[in-house]
Amino acid sequence: MSDRLLHVAGSPHVHGDESVKKIMWSVVIALMPAFFVAVFYFGLPVIILTAVSVLSCVLFEWLIQRFLLKGKCSIGDGSAVITGLLLAFCVPLNLPIPLIILGALVAIGIAKMAFGGLGKNLFNPALTARVFLLISFPVQMTSWPKATPLWSFGADVVTGPTPLGIIKEGVKNGGTVESLMGSPDMPNNIQMLLGQMGGSFGEVSAIAILIGAIFLLIRRVISWHIPVSFLLTAFVFAGIFWLVDPTQYANPFFHIITGGMLLGACFMATDMVTSPTSPWGMIVFGVGCGLLTMIIRMFGAYPEGVSFAILIMNSVVPLIDKAFKPKTFAGK
Amino acid sequence: MSKKESTLTNMIVSLALIAVLAAAALAGVYLLTKDSIDNVQAQKKQSALNAVLPGFDGSIVPVPTTVPGDKDPVTVNVAVTKDNTLFGAAVETYTNKAFGGTFTLMVGFDVNGNILGTEVIKASETPGLGDKINKNKSNFAEQFVNMNPSASNFDLKVKKDGGEVDAITAATISSRAYCDAVNRAAMAFQGVKEIALPKVLPNLKIESNNAPVEIEAEEKGADNE
Amino acid sequence: MNKLKILFNGILKENPTFVLVLGMCPTLGVTTSAFNGFGMGVATTFVLLMSNALISLLKNFIPDKVRIPAFIVVIATFVSIVDLLIQGFVPALGESLGLFIPLIVVNCIVLGRAEAFASKNTVFDSMLDGIGMGLGFTLSLTVIGAIREILSSGSIFGYTFLPASANILVFVLAPGAFFVLGFVMAFIRHLQKSNEH
Repeated sequence: MSDRLLHVAGSPHVHGDESVKKIMWSVVIALMPAFFVAVFYFGLPVIILTAVSVLSCVLFEWLIQRFLLKGKCSIGDGSAVITGLLLAFCVPLNLPIPLIILGALVAIGIAKMAFGGLGKNLFNPALTARVFLLISFPVQMTSWPKATPLWSFGADVVTGPTPLGIIKEGVKNGGTVESLMGSPDMPNNIQMLLGQMGGSFGEVSAIAILIGAIFLLIRRVISWHIPVSFLLTAFVFAGIFWLVDPTQYANPFFHIITGGMLLGACFMATDMVTSPTSPWGMIVFGVGCGLLTMIIRMFGAYPEGVSFAILIMNSVVPLIDKAFKPKTFAGK
Repeated sequence: MSKKESTLTNMIVSLALIAVLAAAALAGVYLLTKDSIDNVQAQKKQSALNAVLPGFDGSIVPVPTTVPGDKDPVTVNVAVTKDNTLFGAAVETYTNKAFGGTFTLMVGFDVNGNILGTEVIKASETPGLGDKINKNKSNFAEQFVNMNPSASNFDLKVKKDGGEVDAITAATISSRAYCDAVNRAAMAFQGVKEIALPKVLPNLKIESNNAPVEIEAEEKGADNE
Repeated sequence: MNKLKILFNGILKENPTFVLVLGMCPTLGVTTSAFNGFGMGVATTFVLLMSNALISLLKNFIPDKVRIPAFIVVIATFVSIVDLLIQGFVPALGESLGLFIPLIVVNCIVLGRAEAFASKNTVFDSMLDGIGMGLGFTLSLTVIGAIREILSSGSIFGYTFLPASANILVFVLAPGAFFVLGFVMAFIRHLQKSNEH
């Protein structure tokens, strides 16, 4: 029994220098690989869109904090910068500038500050804004520019479907997955891994996102539970359907590296404020996200379901936390 | 008057009285509004008919029919002019390929199968995308006027699939579904015109002299096989 | 009790939507435009006025143990009357309100006022209360409807003044109803709080 007791040594104590600020800036650094890959593939517009998104998020947070809540200025903690980055990462590149500003207002004003600010929001602000924009401006939010290399900006933006969109529409129209995989718009596996495909610019490069995620894991900003359970569930679920009928369902590898799956699993589902606190709670949360994502992708109206899945699971986090509450010390 | 006690008799009597009064009041209002409600319903159908059969003045003969390969029937409202000539038909058609599952349309044809007009009866397509099939949201539906599905072998298609129809931006599925419904209507009208009409209305004059020649040839060819 | 106070009670101090938070189903369901919200409010006001008056009139005749079924029969009768009248004479409104008209029967405000007010007060006071509550409900539904209409279709009472590119579609859908309701409610709480100080 004695080894289960909590030992507190006498002072001096080592001060852990973790702080909200430090964690947030680590996340910003971790997002940089994906950002640079996007700049490489899509060029200058990436920088403009990201800058507008980040600046307006920070500005709205400052305005609301200063004039409505009249609280301590909180923009230095970097959370608004992350929200702005993630929001820019998950919208189409040619989204009109006023819409991204509206998205920033929704993310900060409705999803975050209306609940009381950082740490009190129920839903991931960037995803809330994305879904808000997706439902409100379906045309602008679903025309994805094709990846064109950095040096060719100035040319007209060519839009093309995302790989998931090709599969969804093709299958609904009676095509088989094999034939759709060979269609000219469909990138090959290497292109998908690197990020040369249609989609939101922050989510296209699997490798860049994984580099960022590994950095966060090493820095212990995130733990492995949510990303692994999320991706594994999606992989297994997609695998079962793929084995049963490969003509109607894409292979699980395809599902993992396309769309917002990796970005969502590594950066959005792991948001500390809106995910469960205990390891088992995190695993339940990740499994739920994975299942919902695949159900929406395969049977829902939208080709992509990551953002809806994470938001739905966000809403049950309090219940998960209650179910997996750690026992109080010496309690029953 | 003092409060009634909750005895069994009191309860039954009061409830029964209230129920009787309520029934009487309702019956009264029902009679009062019945004509008006019927009028509204008739007007609604009439205005849909007017929209898809411009310039038609005569009587309507509804003929239910089922297109080969379908489960659910469609209603072909055959339009007969006052001098007993076939004007065309307004077909109440549907599609099951819509984004919101299914929607129903009214499609008007002249006697040769040219589309006179289309009208959405009931649809639940996505606001801002698929709901542009409605006339007050976009001019998508207008392009169908004067098309003749029977000339393209009942295979109206959106341009993406190699057809003639301009799809609504970002709502290809709804646009395809619209084509599907219109094709179904055209097939139903063709079927009714050739098979059912001679039995239902034997004295009807059908003047389709100016029908496109290639259709006639195609149909004859099919008959010979 | 002051007659005017009864009348104005429902409009702001005990506003059914923003303060009592009753009748949320029509509040969220039909307020896609100012006209729809207004129409729903007027229909509910009529039902409230008539049922409050009749129930107050019959309050001594109805034994306590069967009062709820009796109230519901009275309310359902007036709702059916309203439904028939709207279908017959305002078909456009009937089409956009659809199922929500029959659902006035289960609107908590109507039964709530019958139980809490009309069964204990005089006929005249009950009518005033019905009108006040109805006006409060109409006002809040019209406000929510107007905000949603402006944001989602750039128009108010059907008069368009914003280009289609400024339409935020989410406000015509259910989530938009929750956003608007939440923010208006917060605003009204804010007003009340600053009044108290």
